Amino acid sequence: MTTVGTALDEKVFYLDRAMLKAYADVSGDQNPIHQNEEFAKAVGLPNVIAHGMLTMALVGKYVTDFAGGSEQVKEFSGRFMKPVVVPVDQKVDLTVSGNIVAVDGNQITLELSATSAGVKVFAMSQAVIIK
Amino acid sequence: MLNPDSVGRTFHGAEEVTVTQSQINDFCAVLSENDTTVAPPTFSIRITLEQSQEILSNPEIGLDWTRVVHGDQRFEIKRPIVANDCLKCSSTIESYKVSDGNEFVVIRSDLHAADQLVVSTWSTLVVRG
Repeated sequence: MTTVGTALDEKVFYLDRAMLKAYADVSGDQNPIHQNEEFAKAVGLPNVIAHGMLTMALVGKYVTDFAGGSEQVKEFSGRFMKPVVVPVDQKVDLTVSGNIVAVDGNQITLELSATSAGVKVFAMSQAVIIK
Repeated sequence: MLNPDSVGRTFHGAEEVTVTQSQINDFCAVLSENDTTVAPPTFSIRITLEQSQEILSNPEIGLDWTRVVHGDQRFEIKRPIVANDCLKCSSTIESYKVSDGNEFVVIRSDLHAADQLVVSTWSTLVVRG
């Protein structure tokens, strides 16, 4: 159903240190706060944190899955609220939800948000897609 | 502190960046995205982030990159990026304000293929005071 107010099915992604390393390599963002626990703690973080843009990329995957492909996405925005903390040897969740806030012909606007360990990490997020 | 003279200035990337299919494949693999015919919506950050980092590291601009956290991010995608795109980046410091001792810098980056605008991105960077 593509009517205003429809809630999309929630989806859970799992992040671990290997995924952070892989994202660092494909994005070029080798900031040690995303890989080195000692460094992260030395700069006042609770532990290694995920790249904000990895979080956003996964929310983007949620959007493209709904839209039926990356080429359907016209706009995508959001705010990084809190870091996604990724302790060693653990898989942490990124739980993404969304709903339809506007429909104009074949153009749909989604409102999105994501939590990790129950904490809101990504919000004030919208995507405009063609479907 | 950011040099206020920087606000409104546009900086052009030194060279074109050619996107390869293998870069798109690798980016998709991290996201378990099976469709690799076009780049995922946030792929352009790998080009614009590097370019804007380079710009903001210019001592004349005066931003302390070691204290920067990413606040907001927005993409306007005119068409998806595909393999063999030659993209040229320009970045503009759109706005700057200081609030509660933190600096907020909005950087707009445009990627052009020849004369065609492919994607515009806005990044709000917060420099913790």
